[in-house]
Amino acid sequence: MAEIVLDHVVKRYPDGALAVDDFNLEIADGEFIILVGPSGCGKSTTLNMVAGLEDITAGKLIIDGQVVNDKAPKDRDIAMVFQSYALYPHMTVGDNMGFPLRLAGVDKETIRKKVGEAAELLELSQHLDRKPANLSGGQRQRVAMGRAIVRNPKAFLMDEPLSNLDAKLRVQMRTQISRIQKNLGTTTLYVTHDQTEAMTLGDRVVVMRAGIVQQVGTPAHLYAHPANLFVAGFIGSPSMNFFPGQLRGGGTVVTALGEARLPDRVRQSLDGAGSTGEVIIGIRPEHFEDASLVGDKPGATFDAPIDIVEAMGSDVYAYFTMKGDVAHSQDLDDLAKDTGNELHSGGVDVTARLDAAAQVQRGRTARLWYDTSKVQVFDAASGKNLVAAVR
Amino acid sequence: MTATPTSAAAQAIEDVADDGTVQIAQQRHSDAKKAERKLGLMLVAPAVVIMLAVAAYPILYAFWLSLNKADLRRPDDNEFIFLDNYITVLSSPIWWTAFGVTMLITIVGATFELILGMGLAIVMHRTLVGRGLVRTSALVPYAIVTVVAAFSWRFAWTQGLGWLAPETSAPLTEFWPSIWIIILAEVWKTVPFMALLLMAGLALVPEDLLKAASMDGASAWKRFWLVTVPLIKPAILVALLFRTLDAFRVFDNIFILTSGSNQTSSVSMVAYSNLIRGLNLGIGSAMSVLIFLTTGLIAFAFIKLFGAAAPGADAGGKR
Ligand SMILES: Nc1ncnc2c1ncn2[C@@H]1O[C@H](COP(=O)(O)OP(=O)(O)O)[C@@H](O)[C@H]1O
Ligand SMILES: [Mg+2]
Repeated sequence: MAEIVLDHVVKRYPDGALAVDDFNLEIADGEFIILVGPSGCGKSTTLNMVAGLEDITAGKLIIDGQVVNDKAPKDRDIAMVFQSYALYPHMTVGDNMGFPLRLAGVDKETIRKKVGEAAELLELSQHLDRKPANLSGGQRQRVAMGRAIVRNPKAFLMDEPLSNLDAKLRVQMRTQISRIQKNLGTTTLYVTHDQTEAMTLGDRVVVMRAGIVQQVGTPAHLYAHPANLFVAGFIGSPSMNFFPGQLRGGGTVVTALGEARLPDRVRQSLDGAGSTGEVIIGIRPEHFEDASLVGDKPGATFDAPIDIVEAMGSDVYAYFTMKGDVAHSQDLDDLAKDTGNELHSGGVDVTARLDAAAQVQRGRTARLWYDTSKVQVFDAASGKNLVAAVR
Repeated sequence: MTATPTSAAAQAIEDVADDGTVQIAQQRHSDAKKAERKLGLMLVAPAVVIMLAVAAYPILYAFWLSLNKADLRRPDDNEFIFLDNYITVLSSPIWWTAFGVTMLITIVGATFELILGMGLAIVMHRTLVGRGLVRTSALVPYAIVTVVAAFSWRFAWTQGLGWLAPETSAPLTEFWPSIWIIILAEVWKTVPFMALLLMAGLALVPEDLLKAASMDGASAWKRFWLVTVPLIKPAILVALLFRTLDAFRVFDNIFILTSGSNQTSSVSMVAYSNLIRGLNLGIGSAMSVLIFLTTGLIAFAFIKLFGAAAPGADAGGKR
């Protein structure tokens, strides 16, 4: 078990591509860190630098107080789980899991015992003599986990370990990985492009974009206080709704949802940031509500032409399009590219998560309310969250 | 191969359509299939005829000759003598010496070719800069006509003339030096071929596996022996098989370098001497048939011994 520190780490590939720029992170002993971001943002590169599979161009990698930049992977005592699982096809499941121990010169009896224990933990006991080719995807994934676990390494590195599984299995394995990590208490660096995994697994989440760390924090913190538009749009599903708007004096903001007065807390932080003018307002789906159910809680109301209603039992999802400009920023364009969601309908598409009792109907206009105290205000030019400033 | 998709399609038709249409569909289907098969036969017919003329006929004729007394110097004495030619050959020390020499060249040569070929394959596989140049230059020996290369080796080893020849002896006039020079010429010539086949194998080893192995604590040497070699075993076997079969029929290098003097003849050389120089068609053909059988045995042994050991052979595919 170990503490891992990345100190101003930079990676530039020989072809000149800057894959990771000035990466700083201190991972505490036993911590579960998630590295998340759209594909191509440098997550794997970062992980491979920690593993020793890629050279570090600049900066320091420190494991347990020791700079290990120049150590070979085999001397770092770190285990890795690959997206492809990377199981040795010519070895049985048991031999695959025991391979690190065999290389370490552990005697056969101990290997057998440790592999047996790991297999027990991962429910692989009856498959130990089979070849990987004869296993299902989920089983292979567990063998890969087992191979990492058996030798009790200082840290686990996992590069999108679940992305080759089907959705149901992925949820199952997610909880299993979480449980195993908690039991073993091994420092873990976990890469994913799936924000759900990031939100559910990690102690802390690192959001990356184009090689640059956007924000580091607990899942709850990232959700409630995203540092910029990119993090706001990336974290949360369904994602935050964005409306371009103008900030007027006296803490009012004008958007496609009409004019709204921001609560004092938000206004103070905005004044602190010294901002007026063009902004982008972010509202999470659950911060909308049917106006008739709210009572006199502070907030703002507007009329929404409901397009689609999805009753999920516990909630109702209402989808509608508000006329007006679509929020444009580099951050949001990047996100749209990542999700493949580049279609625009000539207005702002909004998703609202309402109470099950909400009176909304397809094709009707509904009076909706939103919680102005939960609104995020981003600078339109830089994408920075203006509210987060006073936090 | 083509039968699988079509029968699957037939199945699909059966699943979808009701009884009446199924029959019609199948009728049409089998008509189309017949026509297709007929067209196929017509298309391969010319090739089959040519193969029969240039391969099957000579082989069968050689086999027939080997069962006959057929000496062109005494054409009137021709008669059917069944296995007498084989008995003559197999009880002759000349044949067995040549057989031993051939085996030696084959085994020692193939061993060196495998080791050096593997080295070259790894270099070609791993080279990042000037990849094209490295690969092209490595393949030069293979591109040179064997006879031309053999002549330059002979020149190089000729006393008083060649750059490799010692001052005080003529290596190509002694048995062991000759054998080593023949092996050298063979190895030099075919290492690129070996490397090419092995490199194709190396390209199939997933990079992730090697990374995983180094994470698991394997040194480069261990990664090679415990991961790469087991995975490219099929490529190694194919390369070795090709080379062994080729080496066993070694002819041109020996013909040019020593002309088979000092008992350096290979079996092919001995067969050639009897058949073409000695004009003894019966004996020569018997030797050819024996060479054919030996290569067949080698191929069979390879496939029997190692064929099933290929990784993934027990259950489809890698990974
Ligand atoms: N071996 C390489 N050589 C050059 N560029 C690379 C190499 N590997 C990755 N890159 C580039 O570095 C960036 C980050 O890649 P990667 O770390 O694999 O992203 P992620 O894992 O987040 O999807 C990408 O733009 C990619 O094209
Ligand atoms: Mg990746």
